[in-house]
Amino acid sequence: MFKIIKKEMLSPMVSRLTVSAPLVARRCRAGQFIILRTDADGERIPLTIGGYDREAGTVSVMFQVAGATTEKLMAMNEGDGLADFVGPLGKPTEIEGLKRVCVVGGGVGCAIAYPIAKALHEQGTHTTVVIGFRDTSRIILEEEFKSASDVLHLLTDDGSNGRKGFTTVALQECLEAGEKFDEVIAIGPLRMMQAVANLTKTYGIKTTVSMNPIMIDGTGMCGGCRLTVGGEMKFACVDGPDFDGHEVDWDEALARGAMYRDFEQAEHKEVCNLLGISK
Amino acid sequence: MANMSLTKNPMPAQEPDVRNKNFAEVTLGYTKEQALDEAQRCLNCKNKPCVAGCPVSVRIPEFIAKAAEGDFAGAYDIITSTNSLPAVCGRVCPQETQCEAKCVRGIKGEPVGIGRIERFVADTHNAVGETPVRKPKSNGHKVAVVGSGPAGLTAAGDLAKRGFDVTVFEAFHVAGGVLSYGIPEFRLPKAIVAREVEGLRSLGVKIETNAVVGKAITVDELMGDAGFEAVFIGSGAGLPQFLKIPGEAALGVYSANEFLTRINLMKAYKEGSATPIMRPKKAVVVGGGNVAMDAARCAKRLGADVSIVYRRGKDELPARHEEVEHAEEEGVIFNLLSNPTEILADENGRVKSVKIQRMELGEPDEKGRRRPVPIPGAIEEIETDCVIIAVGTSPNPLIASTTDNLETNRHGCIVADDAGLTSHKSVYAGGDAVTGAATVILAMGAGKTAAAAIAAQLG
Repeated sequence: MFKIIKKEMLSPMVSRLTVSAPLVARRCRAGQFIILRTDADGERIPLTIGGYDREAGTVSVMFQVAGATTEKLMAMNEGDGLADFVGPLGKPTEIEGLKRVCVVGGGVGCAIAYPIAKALHEQGTHTTVVIGFRDTSRIILEEEFKSASDVLHLLTDDGSNGRKGFTTVALQECLEAGEKFDEVIAIGPLRMMQAVANLTKTYGIKTTVSMNPIMIDGTGMCGGCRLTVGGEMKFACVDGPDFDGHEVDWDEALARGAMYRDFEQAEHKEVCNLLGISK
Repeated sequence: MANMSLTKNPMPAQEPDVRNKNFAEVTLGYTKEQALDEAQRCLNCKNKPCVAGCPVSVRIPEFIAKAAEGDFAGAYDIITSTNSLPAVCGRVCPQETQCEAKCVRGIKGEPVGIGRIERFVADTHNAVGETPVRKPKSNGHKVAVVGSGPAGLTAAGDLAKRGFDVTVFEAFHVAGGVLSYGIPEFRLPKAIVAREVEGLRSLGVKIETNAVVGKAITVDELMGDAGFEAVFIGSGAGLPQFLKIPGEAALGVYSANEFLTRINLMKAYKEGSATPIMRPKKAVVVGGGNVAMDAARCAKRLGADVSIVYRRGKDELPARHEEVEHAEEEGVIFNLLSNPTEILADENGRVKSVKIQRMELGEPDEKGRRRPVPIPGAIEEIETDCVIIAVGTSPNPLIASTTDNLETNRHGCIVADDAGLTSHKSVYAGGDAVTGAATVILAMGAGKTAAAAIAAQLG
């Protein structure tokens, strides 16, 4: 059992769980992920590592309810145990030697963007952060990002907080103003990452995106997480999760993400009914 | 007087039309009478050719003699003196190319049903209940085993019996490797695998699940601060190969590994499972090995019309004869001398058909197998909503790429000598990680050999 040490609500939708997992904590780095199961009959789901404490042997993950498993996870509390928590999986985000970087985070993807921004900022990289949320109620980690960036742009789709618009609006302004970035790192919904990659392509700026496809084992065994990158088949779990955003076949990735949508929606509804959560 | 019947006692089995709709075990096992009768067919040959055919050297005539007397407990002790997983071997070993291929009774008539008797002996033992604790005296040496498949479990069992302090590291949440994620319930019930693993635990073997060696901890760290004096790598050949044809990213295309793992490990076939699986109307399975047969028979049980597409002919199918026969009985169609060239998808990206190039057999290749060559213009399209690719797997590079000085060959297989020793001092390897995809029993043989070598080095 992997004990939940701490549970915090970062917004009404997003929760951060700090889990006791010494084997994961000892070597994990920003950009890597874990796979967990809530209980012995549970599904294996990947979540990116949001933070860690090597001495305490803890790892934190952030998530919002998206299906039955995240719903069950949301219902768990401090002191409860997760059946399984395995990692660190995937390759860490490569940040060494970067001088000026723009980190773009969208929605719950900001949970993954944060440790990367933090690591960049800590190593002395000039870090511009652009984060976007649907509305005020969904904003997470605002204070954390302030201390992990040199410049912070916060946007909401509806303008209820910060500037109105998508993350690409602020990014485009930076680029038009002549900002030079060694690299843009984008983490969020596929559509957002695709839009960022399309934008940066015209400026010729290297862009790294963090892919989070359907997977089972996370060690290269099932091939379910395959993507086409630069015309070649890649496995997100072992070759990624970071890839060159200009080389990813986005249409394919979007289609593959929909593989079990009907199933997920049916399960989600079932669990909601079981837990008496009204939608 | 030996039983001189020319044929084996047939294996009781579920009827094909019944079993192709459920995941319960296909073969039901001998009754006590059948086991006694079959055991009496053994001539107890002096030179024991059958033993030479067994990768783990089970003392076959001796255990069969005990079984023939009705002393099944005695038979079990003889089997387990060299084989840690008898209930598994009795079910999944290709006996027809190993022990039974060498059986003298096979010269005229059918060989003795060695595997079937072994299974009966193991199941009889397991039906009794508790495994008595028989933890051997410790010799104070610590050995790590990477991977809990057949190679790792065998090495762990043999080392523990010699008094070693053994810890097995498994990446998944359940031990067993391919026995758990790959081979379906209807061929190898998971309760049997769990039971064999429990047997090892009672010998003092520690099993750490959720531990990815190469990521959470490296082999060098195991040999360093973690204090292990030797490491055995039995990490298998888990990386699925694809066909490299257009359309493999379409929805409804699975690697056999993914399809089987969802079904076997994650129990996606069960009503109410948290793990989703597609329930196709039609499924095309590409490949002709045991994994292809397993995938085809699983798809059949999910309700699909299933065809196997294989580029050579029936005689060239690499699967065990029994698996092919069972698949045919269950209604799996064999589309032989056929090679897929493209997977076509509908407007939503879901599979709608597979383009097939018809083949004929040409000149033999370097291995003596006749090479399939395309028949010009003979291209067909098969309608399907699911394609399962079972054309082989290769070793996972995770361990080799994170271990200093661990030599691999051009196929990514770890290089090891006959005793299992790698280029890295005190690191041994065996099973599919060394040979590439092969059989359970060969992996067990390698685990056994390496365990003996480790014992000799440290003992």
